[in-house]
Amino acid sequence: MKIVVPVKRVVDANVKVRLRSDGSGVDTDNVKMAMNPFDEIAMEEAARLKEAGLASEIVAVSIGPDTCQEVLRAALAMGADRALLIQAEAELEPLTIAKLLRAIVAREQPQLVICGKQSTDGDANQTGQMLAGLLGWPQATFASKLEIAAGSATVTREIDGGLEVVAVTLPAVVTTDLRLNSPRYTTLPNIMKAKKKPLDKVTVGELGVEIRPRLATLRLAEPPVRSAGVMVADVAELLAKLKNEAKVI
Amino acid sequence: MTALIIAEHDNVSLKSATANAIAAARRLGTEIHVLVAGCACSAAAEQAARQHGVDKVLMADARHYQGGVAENLAALIVSHARAYSHLLAAATTFGKNVLPRVAALLDVGQVSDIMDVLAPDTFVRPMFAGNVLATVRSDDPIKVITVRATAFEAVGQGGAAPIETIAPGPDLGLSRLLARELTHSARPELTEAKIVVSGGRGLQSGENFKLLETLADRLGAAIGASRAAVDSGFVPNDYQVGQTGKIVAPQLYIAVGISGAIQHLAGMKGSKVVVAINKDPEAPIFQVADYGLAADLFQAVPELISALGQ
Ligand SMILES: Cc1cc2nc3c(=O)[nH]c(=O)nc-3n(C[C@H](O)[C@H](O)[C@H](O)COP(=O)(O)OP(=O)(O)OC[C@H]3O[C@@H](n4cnc5c(N)ncnc54)[C@H](O)[C@@H]3O)c2cc1C
Repeated sequence: MKIVVPVKRVVDANVKVRLRSDGSGVDTDNVKMAMNPFDEIAMEEAARLKEAGLASEIVAVSIGPDTCQEVLRAALAMGADRALLIQAEAELEPLTIAKLLRAIVAREQPQLVICGKQSTDGDANQTGQMLAGLLGWPQATFASKLEIAAGSATVTREIDGGLEVVAVTLPAVVTTDLRLNSPRYTTLPNIMKAKKKPLDKVTVGELGVEIRPRLATLRLAEPPVRSAGVMVADVAELLAKLKNEAKVI
Repeated sequence: MTALIIAEHDNVSLKSATANAIAAARRLGTEIHVLVAGCACSAAAEQAARQHGVDKVLMADARHYQGGVAENLAALIVSHARAYSHLLAAATTFGKNVLPRVAALLDVGQVSDIMDVLAPDTFVRPMFAGNVLATVRSDDPIKVITVRATAFEAVGQGGAAPIETIAPGPDLGLSRLLARELTHSARPELTEAKIVVSGGRGLQSGENFKLLETLADRLGAAIGASRAAVDSGFVPNDYQVGQTGKIVAPQLYIAVGISGAIQHLAGMKGSKVVVAINKDPEAPIFQVADYGLAADLFQAVPELISALGQ
């Protein structure tokens, strides 16, 4: 079974982003970048399936400028066999990403695509579901457990009320939630090995996907800051404030 | 122009977030229809018909809509979508699961998690854990939207819209719901509660969360948690508040033993009053708290409980 894992390069989760002074976008100068944490979880899950003998090959795919090779090398160090960079300069919308991934699926013929449930920059939570829709495949989103058996996957999903278990036929798209696994730290030997693994490049044009933005961004703004209030000395003062000042209890 | 709201329900009753999605749709100035697809779901359809501002309810009743499986539901929605200018659902795990599939099948984009409606085609949505608010215009013929429930006050009841039964779509047989393990609690729903008491890694164990339960019961509050508390197994996953968990905006949010990471703040910054109890006076949570108490929670929380018990 071949697995495709899309990985995105995003601002590191520990960075509090700021807008450029002209409001044209998020300031990424000298900002630490990393693999989207949910994609790391996806990559880890694929690596474990391969180690368990359930997957034969893992192909990591990233879409963006040449700098995305960093996250592809990281995916290779985690256990991907090959990497593919779809070269694109502009920031693409989830629908376009899903169409590009569909083109990769047509070439690679995987049985499973494991995506992160959302990227921590756009926070859209769309790509996996869109890809599944375009392919006519089942989708198992927000996975916290994944079991593969002949021709099907059993997935535990994190939902608002708790958990649910679904069985989907393969091929399928699975999207990862936080508790699916804890991604491994890559070791130096694996990082060295990753440098020798194949990393191919393909352009959007070669995949025959038209880029047509559907959303126009009219304005970006930072939300009003919540200012710090007061420190209280003890529980009695806290309760007095909540009763008499804030009037919330 | 007409908007179609995809109702979230358990066949018997409507989830409250649907009433928030209807409220967002009312800001569009369109006619409003609600789709209730389920299995023996007429009670939910009747409740949808009572929501203020709803002009018509479409009910599709079939076994294969049991549990709201995305593949079958998306196929049904798509077959009716051409009659609509907008398709909306609440940005719950249900809405987030179904609507992007619908958008892709219609070859349109989706606007996720809207917090404001500026015009029928222009919306405000959060990015980067809520640290950037983007005003976006959708140029698609059908606008597919998920709605942040806390940003729109739920519509009330008292309407009497007609219910039209529609033919179910196909059962695609792609996925099957095997089991659901729902967390049962007598406390208010986390996303609807007026008061939320949340615990973090500082609680140290699931056993210690009993302290917060007692506090929550004294206040009539719901219980939430940070990711660290959920990951450590102190509480179930559906307690997680944050960028990648639930968004809450109660009148009062009490954060206990929570440091205040960006991802946690993203889920509770909209609360009216924030209280933080943390033994580290430098904890970032104090920067967003209206009232901060730098104290050991194992001392402060029992004191709070006994003071509230009087
Ligand atoms: C992709 C991604 C998504 C994430 N999504 C979320 C999300 O949705 N929600 C979320 O919450 N987090 C999320 N996180 C995790 C987030 O970054 C933090 O790691 C997490 O919120 C920390 O939880 P915490 O505050 O409970 O733990 P810690 O940061 O460890 O803080 C524990 C706090 O407890 C205090 N404390 C300890 N003992 C006591 C005591 N006896 N009395 C009083 N105070 C005490 C400490 O001073 C400390 O401030 C996400 C992270 C990533 C990378």
